[in-house]
Amino acid sequence: MLLTRLKAGGPAIAKQGILVAFVVFMIAFSLMSDRFLSADNIMSVFRQSAIIGVMALGVTIVVIGGNLDLSVGSMLSFATVLVVDLHDKIGPELAIPVMVLATLCLGAINGFLIGILRLNSLIVTLGMLSVIQGLVLIYSGGQNVDIADQRGTWFAMFGRGAVFGIATPIIIFGTLAVVFHVIMTTMPFGRHVHAVGGNPTASVFSGIPRSRVVFMTYLISALCVAVAAIILGSRVMGSQNNVGQGYELQVLAAVILGGTSLLGGSGSILRTVLGVLMLAFIQNGLILMGQPYYTQWLVTWAVIIIAVWLDVAAKRGRLFSPIA
Amino acid sequence: MTASREPALRLQGIVKTFPGVRALDGVDFEVMPGEVHALLGENGAGKSTLMKVLAGMYQPDEGQIMIAGHPVQMTTPIEAKAQGVVLIHQELSLVPEMSAAENIYLGELPRKSFGRVDWATLEERANAILKRLKCSFRAEVTVANLSIANQQMVEIARALTVDARVVVFDEPTASLTDAEKVVLFDIINDLKARGVGIVYISHRMDEIFTLSDRITVLRDGAYRGTLTTAVTNEDEVTRLMIGRSLDLSRDEAAPNFGKTMLEVRNLTCPGLFENVSFTVRVGEVVGFYGLVGAGRTEIAEALFGLRKPDSGEIRVDGEAAEITSPRAAIALGISLVPENRKEQGLVLQMNCRDNMTLPQVQALTTGPFVAQGAELAIFDKYRDRLAIKTPSWKQSAAVLSGGNQQKIVIGKWLSMTPRVLIVDEPTRGIDVGSKSEIHQLLRELAAQGYAVIVISSEMPEVLRVSDRIIAMYHGRIMREFDIKDVTEDSLVQAISGISAEAVA
Repeated sequence: MLLTRLKAGGPAIAKQGILVAFVVFMIAFSLMSDRFLSADNIMSVFRQSAIIGVMALGVTIVVIGGNLDLSVGSMLSFATVLVVDLHDKIGPELAIPVMVLATLCLGAINGFLIGILRLNSLIVTLGMLSVIQGLVLIYSGGQNVDIADQRGTWFAMFGRGAVFGIATPIIIFGTLAVVFHVIMTTMPFGRHVHAVGGNPTASVFSGIPRSRVVFMTYLISALCVAVAAIILGSRVMGSQNNVGQGYELQVLAAVILGGTSLLGGSGSILRTVLGVLMLAFIQNGLILMGQPYYTQWLVTWAVIIIAVWLDVAAKRGRLFSPIA
Repeated sequence: MTASREPALRLQGIVKTFPGVRALDGVDFEVMPGEVHALLGENGAGKSTLMKVLAGMYQPDEGQIMIAGHPVQMTTPIEAKAQGVVLIHQELSLVPEMSAAENIYLGELPRKSFGRVDWATLEERANAILKRLKCSFRAEVTVANLSIANQQMVEIARALTVDARVVVFDEPTASLTDAEKVVLFDIINDLKARGVGIVYISHRMDEIFTLSDRITVLRDGAYRGTLTTAVTNEDEVTRLMIGRSLDLSRDEAAPNFGKTMLEVRNLTCPGLFENVSFTVRVGEVVGFYGLVGAGRTEIAEALFGLRKPDSGEIRVDGEAAEITSPRAAIALGISLVPENRKEQGLVLQMNCRDNMTLPQVQALTTGPFVAQGAELAIFDKYRDRLAIKTPSWKQSAAVLSGGNQQKIVIGKWLSMTPRVLIVDEPTRGIDVGSKSEIHQLLRELAAQGYAVIVISSEMPEVLRVSDRIIAMYHGRIMREFDIKDVTEDSLVQAISGISAEAVA
């Protein structure tokens, strides 16, 4: 009661914490580098953020449903290695569906353990993170894979192609973002996910199939990973065994930055997109400023802490608070 | 009693606004040392806000707080406690994994050298306090293993560790049995005799008239007056509180019962209820009365597919029904308004409209999309019908008062137009105004041809709303009464198992 009341009246600027921070960063970077706001640069940031972005859409839905998914990084390695390896063996038209199905199976395992058996999602997906990495190494025998005919295959269009001058990864990310936003805000399934994440008991008392809903969120997350793998494999035309390592944290960072509550029940796909873009622009800006690659990790961390702080401060109605 | 000394606590002209709401509008309130001052008002009248101001959780926009004649400012609960103001919350704030002793002295654990906790002293002191409260359990017990009533005692014990000037009891008896209430009242009288000022918040008139010296009434955030208990009566207080008199009489045409809508035969769930058989007809309200733990809620859960009975038969409208999940129950036209609205009834951060349409959102669609217009129509209909007070459907359910939250849950299940409506403790913890509205509503529903089951632990409630009363004791149906033949004595006997022992 206290929380929500104050939220409505919290300082307006803190309420839009992420938006404000986003604008501040954009201005700061554009002052420091004249290339930063060029159309070329913006497009390339969009394109590069598509992989993290697509994965973040799925994870947002999982988190709104009250769970976590830390297995998406390993799953991306798995899916990318699989689709690239099968490309030359059975052709892209078969490689893609086989990979999508295999990835969905991994999602189904997550969904079964967390949705049906009701095990803790942190433990299950943390375990899956290493299990899937192990699967990838067994499958590939430790070898990296690549596609032989990189110019001739139509598989190239997902990562390297463009439609009306807009890179395909951007189109895929944008389309999926809109689709999932519509699902989450206007369809019964979206309402169910919000309800299950907000109060699982009340959801069951309302006749919502809680297990099935949670199961579905993990299938969606796996589907997003599969799409991200198609973009990644197509762009690189090859894959390392551990290409997705660490992606799970970047994805989670974007989701948190977008203001989705880790407690479940609230969050927004469009704000996750904002979180993804913000992280991407920060990384890009730092590189343009000539900062070494690893500084982005420190800055990203600081940005997340400040964004989360402003967010809870808006809910509490003050910056420092001894009571919740 | 009301000595001419300085009041232990005095609030003057307290104003507190939230966006769109003037929660407190110039409220005056005072407690003399050794006085029990009851604070009354419907849910949403501003009692809780006032108490939060007093406890330092909210800062008032205007007005002054004086303790023993000195103006004070309290910005945190710790400061409030240091000033001798102690709150005993309606909702418990204990750490369930810790022992009672640790909870009682939380934050002030006695120490030995190197900051180690002095367990011996801790437990000795805690046990001394519990003994003073006539508690039957030891301070070493883990709080999670205590009954709600005993947990409340721990909360009270905690208040007694400080040298309190003012103790605020917020709905302290909501979950206590009669015997426990007697102990609580003794404690309050004991505190009073030692010159502590008591603020007593409750919806229960009988308690207020037993305990209090004065009664202050709030309505819509405004001060409505202070009455001296000895020279007022319930009617006057009620009128001050809700702005009109409550009509408790039941003047309706003779009920017209239709066909049997629900028939339960020999339903058994070992350890919870056994051989339960009853029927509910169209146009009838059947009240289930019994003590907490008598198996009433469990029967409701079995009827709603939340619990699998071992044996027995359920028939809905003459047809045998296999109810394996809430979905199946809903499909059969069974609705359950659960006993705990915050945990089972509502998704608190969700808005009012979405909460109300949650069970049917899958059916309320145009193409693949939720038909938000239809949802809004449902919400508007039940908001008007149940007189739900909320500024907008977009308001999250969390900010509504208890009575309005309950009405949202009732609206949610009424909008399913159920064939059997089960209502579990429909008025627990809500104000008299909403309570009487809900009672009225249940009678109207019966008149409109609903088959209704009401589970309640409050005798006046079952007597008021039921056509038939089923008395339960230890998982068994002891007796069934027609409302015309029931007496309070026979009802009490039935639910306390006296007749069972007589038979056995």
